[in-house]
Amino acid sequence: MSATKATGGLYALLTEFESPAQFMHGCERVRDAGFKHWDAHSPFPVHGMDDAMGIRGTRLPWLVLVGGLSGLSLGVLMQWWMNAVDYPYMISGKPMFGLPAAVPVIFELTVLLSAFACFFGMWGLNGMPRLSHPLLAHDRFRRASQDRFYIVIEARDPRFETEKTRAFLASLGGSVVDEVRESVEG
Amino acid sequence: MKKPQVSQLADNTVDDPTRPVELILGGNDFTSITATVSDIVLERKTPRAWYLAFFATAGLTGVLFLMIAWLFIRGVGVWGLNNPVGWAWDITNFVFWVGIGHAGTLISAILFLLRQKWRTSINRFAEAMTIFAVVCAGIFPGIHVGRVWVVYWLFPLPNNQAMWPNFRSPLLWDVFAVGTYMTVSLLFWYTGMVPDLATLRDRSKTRIQQAVYGFLALGWRNSHRHWHRYEKAYLLLAGLATPLVLSVHSVVSFDFATSQIPGWHTAIFPPYFVAGAVFSGFAMVGTILIPARKWFGLEQIITKHHLENMNKIILATGSMVGFAYATEFFIAWYSGNPNESFAFINRAFGPYAWAYWTMVTCNVITPQLFWVKKLRTNLAVMWIMYIFVNIGMWFERFVIIVTSLSRDFLPSSWAYFRPTPVDILTFVGSFGLFFTLVLLFIRFLPMIAMAEVKTVMPIADAHSGERRSVGDYHGDIPAHIRDGGDRK
Repeated sequence: MSATKATGGLYALLTEFESPAQFMHGCERVRDAGFKHWDAHSPFPVHGMDDAMGIRGTRLPWLVLVGGLSGLSLGVLMQWWMNAVDYPYMISGKPMFGLPAAVPVIFELTVLLSAFACFFGMWGLNGMPRLSHPLLAHDRFRRASQDRFYIVIEARDPRFETEKTRAFLASLGGSVVDEVRESVEG
Repeated sequence: MKKPQVSQLADNTVDDPTRPVELILGGNDFTSITATVSDIVLERKTPRAWYLAFFATAGLTGVLFLMIAWLFIRGVGVWGLNNPVGWAWDITNFVFWVGIGHAGTLISAILFLLRQKWRTSINRFAEAMTIFAVVCAGIFPGIHVGRVWVVYWLFPLPNNQAMWPNFRSPLLWDVFAVGTYMTVSLLFWYTGMVPDLATLRDRSKTRIQQAVYGFLALGWRNSHRHWHRYEKAYLLLAGLATPLVLSVHSVVSFDFATSQIPGWHTAIFPPYFVAGAVFSGFAMVGTILIPARKWFGLEQIITKHHLENMNKIILATGSMVGFAYATEFFIAWYSGNPNESFAFINRAFGPYAWAYWTMVTCNVITPQLFWVKKLRTNLAVMWIMYIFVNIGMWFERFVIIVTSLSRDFLPSSWAYFRPTPVDILTFVGSFGLFFTLVLLFIRFLPMIAMAEVKTVMPIADAHSGERRSVGDYHGDIPAHIRDGGDRK
């Protein structure tokens, strides 16, 4: 709950901003300084941050496409096999398998599996759920979900040098630079 | 041209095309929005009125389950069904509740794709309502089957008869449509709520709050590397939910349209059902939203502008429904089919004329008052109108289902349907369940999408300072909020 007992190694340095504009300009400078293991945290998605941080596109849409195609094939094969192969029975002279009557179920399964791929794919790519993280143990950081903006540079970044990076973060115009410690299991 | 000065706290329904509409009033910033919404859940003492309301609705829910138990013990004979009328209040209630749900998906998905920023203040609430309405809807087809102990035959599960369901039946399409709709709505709602659950976690006052909201927030850290995928996923889910919501009520309408009963067998049903669903759904959202925004002091976030926009959608969809009623009559005459013509004359002037004209009054005539700006921005008028629409749309489904069945092809088998007390109490009980879920939602979950509301505030724009040189878009915002970074 609080960072008071944390005595682990240095996880990262963070700096805090109050406005999205300063925050975004700060991100542009961190990006241009060549850091790799860093992140920006804000209570809502700030428009234009993908460019400011140099984030490349996600492969999530491809996962969703695979999910959708699976649902589509499943819908066709299931209806055909169940009603025309495994247990064919005649209902009001309708064909055992006909595409028009199969469309609603095919459509619904396509949407359902796409949505599953989208939901689980997004959380999976984001590495969640992950209930314990050094940042979540940091008191100041609790405002990242409310009204403050943070840039965090991790200590494992090859360009990270504690004092230099601290000075660099301070030069970005944020209000404070603070250490984030690795959480220690009691 | 001189710009009219609009007070921060007053009316944002004034139309002025030279200025963007202010969606959030009262000079709010990120801090105050967060506090306003999350304090309802975390800080405020539960109002006594909440307990009273909760006991009332929980009692009605109890009535619902008692009625269902009685139905299981005695069979569907406890309802007023008779020989030609084999579907009545059960399916009416099912279609009614599924329709209510549509507004939530329209607001969360379709308005998102259309970039309607005003949706952010009401989408969480409407999506919650969607899920609760679909829960209520799902009960009715489940309990009406007669032999409830084999209700799993609805699904393509291996069973001891080695038989599979008939996929050529629209009733089975319904199972897939409503099941998918429920699942996708739940995923969409939860995805949208995770950042706000993280906010509640970070503002928790007790260990229990922290543990529960922390667990539900999945460890969300507001990282932009996560937001990036999150926004993409949200867009994709909206894109998936849009055709889905249109398909659900289309498939529901196939239950009727693919049969041969006069009055049901019409090609207009899918669009007509979808328009009616959106119409009734917005009315139900408004019915709950107006008291909720008042009781929880959310007038600055859910402004009159939001309500007015909803009323415009109600006016549009209500007019579509009215047009569909007229088209049905025209086609019944134009088709030259005597059974079809009779079905419609019987609807309007037969034994159920009272229900038909209730429906026309509530759905077609009274919503036209929303053409008048004074009326569609008046809270009391709109609330009464929402109640009218709720009543009218229930009657629409009743009229379609019961009038067609009670007088079909063979006059010797005609019969009039009368509900039994069990019918009535089951329906009333379903409202108990719905409002119980709404009350729990209001008490324990963030009822406004805080993270999304923040994105539509002018101060959220990282370029807001620079843009002032081009056009004075945000000159009316207090300086200390506009240039948040300069405040110390």
